[in-house]
Amino acid sequence: MNAFFAIIHRDLLLVMRRKSEVLTALFFFVVVTSLFPLGIGADAALLRKIAPGVLWVAALLSTLLGLQRMFAADYLDGALEQLVLSPQPLVLLVTGKIVAHWLVCGLPLVLIAPIIGIQFDLDASSLYVLMGTLLLGTPVLSLLGSIGAALTLGVRGGSVLMSLLILPLYIPVLIFGAGAVYANSVGLDSTGYFSLLSALLILALAFVPWVSTAALKIAIE
Amino acid sequence: MTATISQTSHTSEDVLQAHMLSCVRGERMLFADLDLQVHAGECLHVCGENGVGKTSLLRLLTGLSKPESGEILWKGQAITLDPSQYHRDLLFLGHRDALKDDLTALENIQMYAAIDDIALSQEQALSSLWNFGLRGREHLPVSFLSAGQKRRVLMARMATRQAKLWILDEPFNALDLNAVQALQTLIAQHLEQGGLVVLTSHQNIVIPHVKVLEL
Repeated sequence: MNAFFAIIHRDLLLVMRRKSEVLTALFFFVVVTSLFPLGIGADAALLRKIAPGVLWVAALLSTLLGLQRMFAADYLDGALEQLVLSPQPLVLLVTGKIVAHWLVCGLPLVLIAPIIGIQFDLDASSLYVLMGTLLLGTPVLSLLGSIGAALTLGVRGGSVLMSLLILPLYIPVLIFGAGAVYANSVGLDSTGYFSLLSALLILALAFVPWVSTAALKIAIE
Repeated sequence: MTATISQTSHTSEDVLQAHMLSCVRGERMLFADLDLQVHAGECLHVCGENGVGKTSLLRLLTGLSKPESGEILWKGQAITLDPSQYHRDLLFLGHRDALKDDLTALENIQMYAAIDDIALSQEQALSSLWNFGLRGREHLPVSFLSAGQKRRVLMARMATRQAKLWILDEPFNALDLNAVQALQTLIAQHLEQGGLVVLTSHQNIVIPHVKVLEL
């Protein structure tokens, strides 16, 4: 378990030393979501209606921006080989890297979403639901994204290929995440959506680290 | 700490063997039916021209890539059977230094110790960096160090890693004369303590108990 926390610590420290890469993704989320109210104008009813979809699509895309970084630097400087050769199970280290990625690229979105939501005239309960869905959904985005990041390691033009690989996999998260906020805003029960999102998270947690580990081993060979 | 040292001194059966090893890169057969044996206290120097497969052989021996045919045994057991135990005994340093440019030399050493699950106090890490001439630079980001100084950070890692088997790809690259001397001493000490070393180098190296393998 020591190694698990060590790799999270290391990745967070690296991010702190080079903040620009992370802030880019966060800034992207803020700017894209702010452009919609500016472009559409002060039609509060319309904004409320499109808010869940816009916020979730922006969250998907900004997660995608940071994904390329997940293994690429370690791959280029040889650190990934050292991780593979560590006595610790690689899947533990890969999980640590995914957690670090979520802490940097997912958690800030959850925290900043209520402020963005105000621009779309969302009421308090919708904001809570939005935060809840992002809290459950963004880890799934990081987990699924790690497969794409591992598969496209060392591939020329990997980031475009990764978007093509990964975005279709994000569709269920998008549907249930945005659906929960929408259901809540029209007065329907949103617990079903939360259950489905939680199920996706548990499934992804159980399987994805192994898949990414296998992909990494292939990339390194 | 004492426990691990007494464990490393007990090295009677430490042996790295390869049987009928073949390696194919793309369409080209690099080598076939290669046999080798390295016992405790021995150093295997892999020689050959550029592109004959020295690095490929080293990567096979670490288990990073799989041989086309043949097998590799550590302590008489195939390395694929219990990779975790093998990796505990193994230290591999490749072409790339695997150091994080944004972290300091000290942080790099400590992070690797934590990831490799080795107890390493700050004093131990610092003193090993000082031993290799990095006093005053331990808190500088590695990106400010020269290529040779980065190699010295790696030497500090070798000294603190407590591995029995060192597999080193071109460890003498970019080193000045003093550092070459220091590294040779480090390797000689490792061999004296019953360690094993497999390395590639284009330079003539002065290390006792060297076996040469021409590829």
